[in-house]
Amino acid sequence: MEKDPYNVVVAGVGGQGNVLGTQLLGAVLVDQGYKVTIGETYGASQRGGSVMSHMRVSMTDQYGPLIPPRCADLVIALEPSEAVRVLAQYGNPNTVTVVNTRTIFPVDVTSGNLAYPEKDALMAKIIALSKKAFFLEATEKALELGNPILANIIMIGAVSGAGILSITEVELAKAIRENISSDKVDVNLKAFAIGKEMTNCD
Amino acid sequence: MSRLILDEPGKEILLMGNEAIARGALEAGVRVAAAYPGNPSSEIIGNLAQVAKEMGIYVEWSVNEKVAAEVAAAAAVSNMNALVAMKQNGLNVACDFLLNLNLTGIRGGLVVIVADDPSGISSSNEQDSRSFAKLADIPLLEPSTFQEAKEMVREGFELSRRTGNFVMIRSVTRISHARGNVILGPLPKDFPVPYFDTSKPLCPIPTSITHVALHRRFKEAEEILKDSEFNEYWGPEKPELLVITCGSGWLFSKEAIDILGLCSRVAVLKVGTTWPLPKSFLIKHLQKTRRVLFFEEIDPVLENNVAELYAQHNRELPLIEFMGKNSGIVPGTGELSPELILNALGKVTGEAVEFDENQAGQAKDIIEGYAPQRSMAFCAGCPHRASLWAIKQALSLDGRNGVLFGDIGCYALGILPTGFSQLKTVHAMGSGAGMACGFGNFHQFGVNQPSLAVCGDSTFFHAVIPVLVNAVHQRSRFLLVVLDNSATAMTGFQPHPGSPVDAMGQNTSPIVIEDLCKSLGLPTVVMDPFDLDGTIETVCEMIREQTGPKALILRQECALVSGKKQGKKYQVRIDPQRCIGEECGCDRLCTRVFKCPGLTWDRSEKKSRIESVICNGCGVCADICPSHAIVKESA
Repeated sequence: MEKDPYNVVVAGVGGQGNVLGTQLLGAVLVDQGYKVTIGETYGASQRGGSVMSHMRVSMTDQYGPLIPPRCADLVIALEPSEAVRVLAQYGNPNTVTVVNTRTIFPVDVTSGNLAYPEKDALMAKIIALSKKAFFLEATEKALELGNPILANIIMIGAVSGAGILSITEVELAKAIRENISSDKVDVNLKAFAIGKEMTNCD
Repeated sequence: MSRLILDEPGKEILLMGNEAIARGALEAGVRVAAAYPGNPSSEIIGNLAQVAKEMGIYVEWSVNEKVAAEVAAAAAVSNMNALVAMKQNGLNVACDFLLNLNLTGIRGGLVVIVADDPSGISSSNEQDSRSFAKLADIPLLEPSTFQEAKEMVREGFELSRRTGNFVMIRSVTRISHARGNVILGPLPKDFPVPYFDTSKPLCPIPTSITHVALHRRFKEAEEILKDSEFNEYWGPEKPELLVITCGSGWLFSKEAIDILGLCSRVAVLKVGTTWPLPKSFLIKHLQKTRRVLFFEEIDPVLENNVAELYAQHNRELPLIEFMGKNSGIVPGTGELSPELILNALGKVTGEAVEFDENQAGQAKDIIEGYAPQRSMAFCAGCPHRASLWAIKQALSLDGRNGVLFGDIGCYALGILPTGFSQLKTVHAMGSGAGMACGFGNFHQFGVNQPSLAVCGDSTFFHAVIPVLVNAVHQRSRFLLVVLDNSATAMTGFQPHPGSPVDAMGQNTSPIVIEDLCKSLGLPTVVMDPFDLDGTIETVCEMIREQTGPKALILRQECALVSGKKQGKKYQVRIDPQRCIGEECGCDRLCTRVFKCPGLTWDRSEKKSRIESVICNGCGVCADICPSHAIVKESA
C-alpha cells in the first residue's frame, strides 16, 4: 500500500451489492496479512438509499470503522452521483476514483421534484475532485453476464486491473467460497476478469 | 462450512462484530441461543442458527424479546450456557423478566447482548441501554474492537458462571455492523450436563434475602473484574489531557490524537468493564492529570459514573476539570464519529483542526449541486405501497377523516410521502394496534373518526395478539390491517411463527393469522393488496358500521423475496401514444404521487418511463394511470 492506513470508500445505492463487494475485498486483504476494518453507513431503507462502506487497511493497526473527513485514498463508486457525494466529504487532491457510469435516479428525481445533474457536468466534477478517475460501463457489462449486481465485482476487477490494489483470481475465488458459496465463483470470476480488462493499461 | 466454526485456533479472519460475538459464544460452549430480530443485533442469532446443526446447539427466533430471554434463562438455570441478543428496544420488552431473574440468579451461564443503535440509524428510537446494568446490579462489558467482541462474550460466560448471575454486553452499530480482524480461539469439546435442580426453586421473594444476595454477587463481579485487561491505557504517563472512552470511541480517539499530533500530550483510558467501574485503575490515572474529556455513545453514563467515583474519592485526587456531554463540548445525542472527536479534541487542546466548518460548507454545496438526495422510499413493487394507496383512497371515500395508527417495520415509512403520509403514529412494536384499540372506543365522547391500525406479520405475533384480546373484551371499534408480506423483511427475512420453517431450518406448522383472528370472533377478510379496487372497497365496507374489532389481512409477498424467487410477474411498459405527460390532467400521478422507483419521469420526452432494471413487475401502477397508458403484460 502506498499509505498506511490506506482508506477506501465503496459508495453506491442500496441493492447494488456494495456491502458484499467490500466484504470480499476485505477478506482478500486480511488473507494477504493486513488489518482491515470495514464500516457501513446506510439508512433504514432496504433499497434506493445511499450506501457507503468505509474500509481501512493497515499493516500494523486495527483502525476505526469510519474514515476521517477528506482522508479517502480510493473511492469506488457504483453510481456516479454517489461518487460526488463521497468525494465532497472524504476526497482530497490525491484521491483516485473508479466510477460505474450507470445512473440510478433517486425517487426525488423520478418523481420530478429534483433534477439529476447532466452527465457531462457530473463526470467533469468527478474528474475535478480526483487525482485520477476511471469511468466504466460496469452495469452494462454485468447485464451482458445476466445480472446487474455483478457490477460490484467488475469494479473490483477494474481496481485490480488499474494496479491500485493487487488482487488475484485465486484470492478472490477463495473469498467467494468462504463468504458466499462455491457455486458463485465462476460467474464472479468472469465479472472480475471483465473489470480487469477494462482498466488494464499494460 | 461456515467460517464461524473453523476449528483452527490462531487463524485470523475478517468477521462482522455480530459474527465475532457469535464466535465468542461458540468458544464459550454456548448451548442455547434465542432472540427476536432487531438491527443492529440480528446477525448474532442468524449466524448461530446457520451452524446450529453442525454444532449441536439449540437456536430459535422467538416471538419477542421477553420470550427469548425466558428461553435462554431456562437453559441458564439448568447448568447450560445460553445467550440472548436484542436491540435496545428489545431490552425494554425483556426488562420485566430480567429484573426478576437478576434476583434469583442462575445456575449456568447467561450473556445478554444488547446492541444499541446510536443516532437511530435503523431504529425508531435512540436509547442508551447501559443504565439498565446499574438498575439491575449486573456487570456490563463494552467491546471496542472486533477481537474484544469475541473475547468479552467468552469471558462474560465465565464471569456469569462464577458469579451466578447474567452478564450484559453492550454493543453499538459501529461494532456490531462493522467488520475487522479476529483471531480465532479453540472450540470446546465438553459441555456441562444439563440438569434442573428441583430441590432449589428460583423465586425473587422475599427480596429482603434475594436483593442482598444480588448485591453480594455484584461485589464478587467487581472483585473479578478489577484488574481486567479489557481496561487499557494508551499514551504518556502524565498527560495534560486524559480522554476516557469506551466502545467505538477507543479507535476513533487514538486515530484523532495521532492526526492532531497530540501523542505526547494526550492519553486515552479505555474502559471495557463499564459497570462496575475499575475503580483503582481509574483513580491511579486520575491522579496524574488535571483535565479529562469523555467520549461515549449515547448518554454520559461513563462520565457520570466517573464523576460519582471522583466525588467519593476526592481526598485522594487533585482538582480535575471534567469535560464531555455535561459541559457541552460533546453533543448530548447521536453517535460518535472521527469528525466529532477531532473537533472536540481540537477545541479542548487548541490544536487547529484541518476539517473546519468552512470545508464542511463547501462539501454541502457540492453535494447539493451534483448529488441529489435519496429520500427513503418503499422498494419497487413493494406491497406496502399498494396497501397504503388503497387505505388512502378508502379513507378519502369514507370521508370521516379516519386515523391510521402504525408501528415499527418497513411500513413505518408510511409516515413519509412514499406511503402517502397515511400513518399518523409510529412508536413501539404493536403500539399502533394498541392505540387504535383505545381510539376505537371513544365514540362516547362524540368521536366518529374511523380507527385503523397497520402492523406487519411478524409484529402481529410479537405484540398485537394481546391487543386483539383486549379489543374483543372492550368491544373496540377498530380495524386491524395486517400487512402480511410473509417476512421479517426489515431485519433480513428471519422466520416467525407464521413461517413453515424455524430458525434452524426445520419444518414447523405455521400459525395462520386469519385463523387466529377468527378464533377470537373477529370478522376477518384476506385480500391481495395488488387488487387495488377490491382492497379499497373492502376497507370502506369494513369501517362503515363497526360494533367491534375487525381484521383485514393484506397478503402479498415482500418484493425482495418474490423478485428473487419467481422473477417479474408482469412486463410493464408505457404506451407513448397514451401517455400525454404534462398535457394530462393527472399532474404526473404515477411518478410524483405514486412514486414507485421503477417509474421515471423523462424530462426530455415529458412522459413517464419504466426503468426496467428497477421495476419489479408487480403491475399495480397500470391500475392507477387515468389514461391507461401503463401497460402490463404477463411475463
